[in-house]
Amino acid sequence: MEFVGAARNGREALELHEKLRPTLVTMDLTMPEMDGGECVAHLVKRDPSIKILVISALADKVTAIDAIEKGASGFLCKPFTDRQLNEALRKLVGG
Amino acid sequence: MKTESEINVFVNGVLHYFNTTVQQTAECGTPHLAIGRYPDVSDYTGMIKISGKRTGMVFFTAPKGMLSVMLMRMQETDMSHDNLCDLVGEIANTLSGNARRDFGHQFNISVPSVVHGRGSPVEYPEKTRPIIVPIEWRTYHARLVVCLD
Repeated sequence: MEFVGAARNGREALELHEKLRPTLVTMDLTMPEMDGGECVAHLVKRDPSIKILVISALADKVTAIDAIEKGASGFLCKPFTDRQLNEALRKLVGG
Repeated sequence: MKTESEINVFVNGVLHYFNTTVQQTAECGTPHLAIGRYPDVSDYTGMIKISGKRTGMVFFTAPKGMLSVMLMRMQETDMSHDNLCDLVGEIANTLSGNARRDFGHQFNISVPSVVHGRGSPVEYPEKTRPIIVPIEWRTYHARLVVCLD
């Protein structure tokens, strides 16, 4: 896995995606300007094969289900250990 | 007035946060009501506005040394002011966001705002009874302040 870039909000993430075309994105939900949920929907519309792991402190089921329905491939609740993050990422890239 | 079980949501959140991120146990002292309208803030303070079914504010305030050691425990090498601000905002965000598991999805949280410096102009929101949760980790003292209607 190679790290290619980081964005501070959903709008920046869309711009970076246009330039970098990553295969995997980790996405927070609570962000200024454009939140993660809206950004996930845009990214999946633009690139249906993209894998998005939503990482959020919002620990309720409604939020997780909403993220998956918008097109996220997985949901990881903060706080998490390195091992939990690695496992979640491996699951996504492993198919 | 918040019930004991509501405050326990945040206390448990603090304990879980430290156990998971820095893999060391923190201790929470007895939660108590704040006195006055201005909190005694430490070096860095992350604040989250709460809206929706409940309104108010949650903030986490901690000394620079504590946040720096936390970053080290997370294998971070960047101890810059920006990274300390990010961490204190992230802690406030995580502790507030995790509370949605118990308060429900209409417990809306804002993006974090961060202030730097002791004596920063922070005020408790009106019509709330702020409750302070003292936090001890290693030799450091931090506080989580929960102000809900």
